[in-house]
Amino acid sequence: MSTGRLRTKAIRELSSLILTRGPKLCNFVEWKGYKAVYRRYASLYFCMCVDQDDNELEILEIIHHFVEILDRYFGSVCELDLIFNFHKAYYILDEILIAGELQESSKKIVARLIAAQVRSAMLLDWGKWAINSK
Amino acid sequence: MNPFSSGTRLRDMIKAIRACKTAAEERAVVRKECAAIRSSISENDQDYSHRNIAKLMFIHMLGYPTHFGQMECLKLIASAGFPEKRIGYLGLMLLLDERQEVLMLVTNSLKQDLGHTNQYIVGLALCALGNICSAEMARDLAPEVERLLLTRDPNIKKKAALCSIRIIRKVPDLAENFSSPATSLLKEKHHGVLIAGVQLCTDLCKVSEDASNHLRKNCTEGLVRILKDICNSPYAPEYDIAGITDPFLHIRVLRLLRMLGHGDADTSEYINDILAQVASKTESNKNAGNAILYECVETIMGIEATSGLRVLAINILGRFLSNRDNNIRYVALNMLMKAISVDSQAVQRHRTTILECVKDSDASIRKRALELVFLLVNDTNAKPLTKELIDYLEVSDQDFKGDLTSKICSIIEKFSQEKKWYIDQMVKVLSLAGNYVKDNVWHALIVAISNAPDLQGYSVRSLYKAFQLSSEQVSLVQVTIWCIGEYGEMLVNNVGVLQVEEPMTVTESDAVDVLESCLTHHSTDITTQSMCLIALLKLSSRFPPSSGRVKEIITTHIGSVVLELQQRAIEFNSIIQRHQNIKSSLVERMPVLDESTFISKRAGSSQANISTEKSNQQLPSGASLKLSNGVAKPAASPLVDLLDLSLDDTPVPTSTSNDFLHDLLDVGLTNSSSSASGTDILMDLLSIGTPVQSNTTPENGSSIKAKPNTATVQVVDLLDGLASNGSHPGAQSPVHPSITAYQSSTLKITFSFTKQPDKPQVTQIHATFMNLSSEAYTDFIFQAAVPKFIQLHLDPANSNHLPASGNGRITQTFTITNTQHGQKPLAMRIRIAYKVSNQERLEQGQINNFPPGL
Repeated sequence: MSTGRLRTKAIRELSSLILTRGPKLCNFVEWKGYKAVYRRYASLYFCMCVDQDDNELEILEIIHHFVEILDRYFGSVCELDLIFNFHKAYYILDEILIAGELQESSKKIVARLIAAQVRSAMLLDWGKWAINSK
Repeated sequence: MNPFSSGTRLRDMIKAIRACKTAAEERAVVRKECAAIRSSISENDQDYSHRNIAKLMFIHMLGYPTHFGQMECLKLIASAGFPEKRIGYLGLMLLLDERQEVLMLVTNSLKQDLGHTNQYIVGLALCALGNICSAEMARDLAPEVERLLLTRDPNIKKKAALCSIRIIRKVPDLAENFSSPATSLLKEKHHGVLIAGVQLCTDLCKVSEDASNHLRKNCTEGLVRILKDICNSPYAPEYDIAGITDPFLHIRVLRLLRMLGHGDADTSEYINDILAQVASKTESNKNAGNAILYECVETIMGIEATSGLRVLAINILGRFLSNRDNNIRYVALNMLMKAISVDSQAVQRHRTTILECVKDSDASIRKRALELVFLLVNDTNAKPLTKELIDYLEVSDQDFKGDLTSKICSIIEKFSQEKKWYIDQMVKVLSLAGNYVKDNVWHALIVAISNAPDLQGYSVRSLYKAFQLSSEQVSLVQVTIWCIGEYGEMLVNNVGVLQVEEPMTVTESDAVDVLESCLTHHSTDITTQSMCLIALLKLSSRFPPSSGRVKEIITTHIGSVVLELQQRAIEFNSIIQRHQNIKSSLVERMPVLDESTFISKRAGSSQANISTEKSNQQLPSGASLKLSNGVAKPAASPLVDLLDLSLDDTPVPTSTSNDFLHDLLDVGLTNSSSSASGTDILMDLLSIGTPVQSNTTPENGSSIKAKPNTATVQVVDLLDGLASNGSHPGAQSPVHPSITAYQSSTLKITFSFTKQPDKPQVTQIHATFMNLSSEAYTDFIFQAAVPKFIQLHLDPANSNHLPASGNGRITQTFTITNTQHGQKPLAMRIRIAYKVSNQERLEQGQINNFPPGL
């Protein structure tokens, strides 16, 4: 099966497994030999798929870490922010996880790095504009 | 500006897609955008590539194919600006994966970016590499990453460390290069670098024994100090979560300590104190604290801990298990699974709580608990546990029943010490959840019953009772049918009543009622109906007065549209009507099935079972057919099986996996009287007399299946029937005409015979092989097999290359000695193997047209 189809299938299966779970149940679902850890924020579910020997409670903390950073960046983040700025959400995620492992436990440092890169991007853009308008 | 380029901004496209009300609308919008993007890409439009890739990523997230954008990502990555590179790398990570070959093209760009002066560009490259590199790329770029591990910038250092993790996961051989840089990372103060460094060390330990030892010697002290510092640190706002300083670092260090202390007494002793401190000081009212405690307990279980420390761990476990938070309980069950190997007594103490968890409303907890219960079962608690589980089976959810049933059945099988208990439990399980019970489980039950003659009466009566209440459970029905068929007279005559049984009277007609109701109620299940028919046949012999009624019931199925049932009905009807003299011997009690062979065969024959099922599928009705007595039908032509005298090492697959259930017709066929009339019983029954290659009457409700390589006398008797029409008593003529022994569309074999007058038993056969096809055959090998009373000696053939279209021949001579010359004719089974255009072919056949008198 092609990667794209595998991906769609996996997302569909996991979604149906998770969305049907009631609110009082635990945040872990077993799926195909992995564990899916999910956390619900209003109408949005954040789900991470981990190995059997990973610490599920820590994963819950990592999800929350990510969400708090998103919140700080977007200012009271909501679902629409993530939809219209998904690429920025990914840039933030790339400062928190690499190779599936945690990269930085300080929210302040992550925020600083993101801001610095935004500035870097803008500076170069201004430069291009300045050249083009000549 | 390109008139065809997409003027819409990213956010407009997203709005448009979200406004679609149907899937078709969405597809239309996406198609339009994709077309615009495609033309923009082909125009090499620089200004919009950033936007195009962003749109493509969104479209990809929706699930549409976007491979046409892959090269565009590469172009963006290769461009000079930071924002282009950034979106290019993100596109790379989202739209590609390590399996794509296009990924290799990025290696050069990555290499350059890894050496860039802008630290954020280096970061982008490390991130991309760490997330999706393939083993090839890992090997190519490992030296760059190694170098970056030693830079001063903590941002790059931590990214490089995590990237290295992926590299050593993909190419474990490179682990030794990263060993010493990794240890120096542990001396840093920056938390991000520490976390990444500790994680890198953990992965190194998993991959390399040497690294493990190196770290154990050099880093244990440092790690303990790190843990102590953060454990005792005052409030640090930057890293504080729920009152604990950097729980993430806590957890990672604990995990690394677990790997280092595992199996090593010295290290374990050294870290004892800090573990005790963490276990007792950490607050457990918030998730972060519990996460740390969880990791701590896992570590204590994983090293050579002191008993004091173990007690601490078990206490935490106990607290977790009784916590109301479902997450904590789930995690506790996990911990208990590890704890079993360490202190199983302690875990047994929590058995009641665990059993409660099996009944929990949360599916994840139920699953964990059931697995745990399974590990806890031992000889002493097997009975009460089984009872609890079976009680729960009654009320459990449908989706859980399958798992629960199979676990219960395993427990029952493994731990049953008395047959009666085993039978009782199995009957209960079958009544409650028979539809979830796997076939091999109830087959095992039948084997057990047949091996326990004193319990057969009890079994059939229990099953009869259970059937009255739960006749919708198919497996229960099937076992009941089989038992009533076999042991019907025990049921009716109350044979072997045990003390604990309540008195019960079942008449013959009640028993037949059961079978009749099964036929009507389970009209869609071919296996059940087939089993019913043969059980009825058995009863017509065991209950002579009911024979008439049985015959009526069977007759109603003569017109069945299912071939198998129709055939059985007709044949059984015929047996009842015309062949009363052999009926009782046909349906005698089945020989006892050997349990130990059954168990070992079952253990080793799951493979064979699959092939049996497959071969059974070829049968017309398509159901996985088993005769009621369990003999699987041979898939090959029965005649070929009959003789089964071949030199093959591999018997027909069906015979291995179901060998344990003996053939039904282990009966005295001594009166294989070849009556002059064409209706020879045996010929009817066994459909002998048909040529080898045809499959006109494949199956038969009572086919003989000789065990491989045991040609019994009866088998040869059948051959008598074969040649009986052609046998001439009296002196044999010295001239024996040649015969065409075998002919197919591709091969013809002729035999000619010579005999010496003074050796009447010996015949020399000269075989000639002719290739009838248009391609030559190579590696031509001829094999033959004969019944036991004949001796065969094959001379080598003159060649093993047979030219096409009869342009050349192979000849081979063999000598036959018929020790029963004059009483029994020759018979032979042959097998020819050859290669055509390098493909192997096999032809087999039976020769039964030997001239008489050989």
